[in-house]
Amino acid sequence: MTASAIAAAVASRKLSAVEATDAALARIAARDGVLNAFTDVTAERARAKARAVDADIAAGKPVGPLAGVPFAVKNLFDIAGLPTRAGSKINRDRAPATRDATLIERMEAAGAVMVGALNMGEYAYDFTGENVHDGPSCNPHDPTRMSGGSSGGSGSAVGGGLVPIALGSDTNGSIRVPSSFCGIFGLKPTYGRLSRARSFPFVMSLDHLGPFARSVEDLALAYDVMQGPDADDAACTTRASEPTSSLPSQGLDGLRIGIAGGHFQKNLFPEAVEAVSRVASALKASHVIEVPEAARARAAAYVISTTEGASLHLDRLRARPDDFDPAVRDRLIAGAMIPAPMVDRAQKFRRWYRAKVLELFKSVDVLIAPATPCIAPKLGQATFVLDGVELPVRANIGIHTQPISFIGLPVVAVPIPLEPMPIGVQIIAAPWCEHVALRVAHALQQLGVAAAPAPRGVLENGSRSA
Amino acid sequence: MAEPLDDYIDAVGRALGLLIEDAWRAPIRANLEVSLKMAKLVDEFSLADEAEPASVFTA
Repeated sequence: MTASAIAAAVASRKLSAVEATDAALARIAARDGVLNAFTDVTAERARAKARAVDADIAAGKPVGPLAGVPFAVKNLFDIAGLPTRAGSKINRDRAPATRDATLIERMEAAGAVMVGALNMGEYAYDFTGENVHDGPSCNPHDPTRMSGGSSGGSGSAVGGGLVPIALGSDTNGSIRVPSSFCGIFGLKPTYGRLSRARSFPFVMSLDHLGPFARSVEDLALAYDVMQGPDADDAACTTRASEPTSSLPSQGLDGLRIGIAGGHFQKNLFPEAVEAVSRVASALKASHVIEVPEAARARAAAYVISTTEGASLHLDRLRARPDDFDPAVRDRLIAGAMIPAPMVDRAQKFRRWYRAKVLELFKSVDVLIAPATPCIAPKLGQATFVLDGVELPVRANIGIHTQPISFIGLPVVAVPIPLEPMPIGVQIIAAPWCEHVALRVAHALQQLGVAAAPAPRGVLENGSRSA
Repeated sequence: MAEPLDDYIDAVGRALGLLIEDAWRAPIRANLEVSLKMAKLVDEFSLADEAEPASVFTA
């Protein structure tokens, strides 16, 4: 069931919140042995919350638009009573969080029921969904493949039908990549739109939080209840909520849609080319727009990420280097060694690039671009061959997402259900225009071009048989 | 033969108080080569003296 269907059934007493929660917990018990999406299942807390929602309904009190809807969060969100591990071994020694992350509080204030914490790449420095401490979260369409990172458990849990909504984070692509690999919708809002209060950071000037879902309606529903200022996040907007739930059905009338060219049309496997082509064709978009200096934008995002990440973890790199995933440790140590003027220049280039891209949005409302260059690689796969050149998988998965998050543009990643594996396309809008990206995503869903069908067969017996 | 970046890695590692085991040197070097390549691409872009950085601070 979709989140909106569950909420409607719970609000009209056709289904209780406890029943909806128990059903999610049963799916997790049945399928997570294959997916490894969850690192913590908070069953007791979830049932208590569900009982409270049912009690409110029985007492005739108003309930929120997500009444009884189960959801789960990437384990970098603070959950009261748990140490916020952020995919690491080291953080397990932290004191348990005393208060939930703002976004969890807002979801639960709308009646949603949190059922647990989700697997992720260590400290979010990852595009694969693999984790040396917790094992990889697996792709629901083929568990021998990557879920995508770093919000791998979020992609796996929603793609595998365990929960209708999950929350994740996106610094360089960590919502859009798992959305693409797992064949679901993901929203990376404008930088500063959703509060990051009480979530574990990676790169403060690039970190975003956002939802995953199997339909555009559910994505908008979750997004709407999480909006609003929050003094606990210095970067969070002071803009009031701008609800989108009723907007997506407006269709495409009046929207100018372009295809991102140059960098975004290079380094692509045929599946990515096909997915963008299907979207462009459905939207009747043929105008290719060169995004200036996008490859350099990707490089600048890379430099800022590796240096800010190194700074964040410097004390841990000194004190407990052996407790990191070695691949993450070595990347962070290298990041600590980048000369400071390069970082300053990257931040200056960023403002130049932002101004140039904003100019493009005077002539278009939406840009479409691939979300990933490929479908989900095999777990453990280190390289792929593109145009006859062998390239490292990890470093190249995010080449098309990084130039977009670099300047905080809102993006809906829409799933194109190719066979045998899905792949995503980015629907990119101007800052603060999430509603425009959601409208286009909804139109693609209505046209049957974007869809998140349930995986077939591989999850039913609870073992890794596929 | 010593790799050109090894002396740099040792010197900066000491300056930052980072212990670098011999076994980590090759992967750190490989990562640093990629990061410096990215940094060079940024460095090569000509910026006006008046260019403002995009890092966020609001008083």
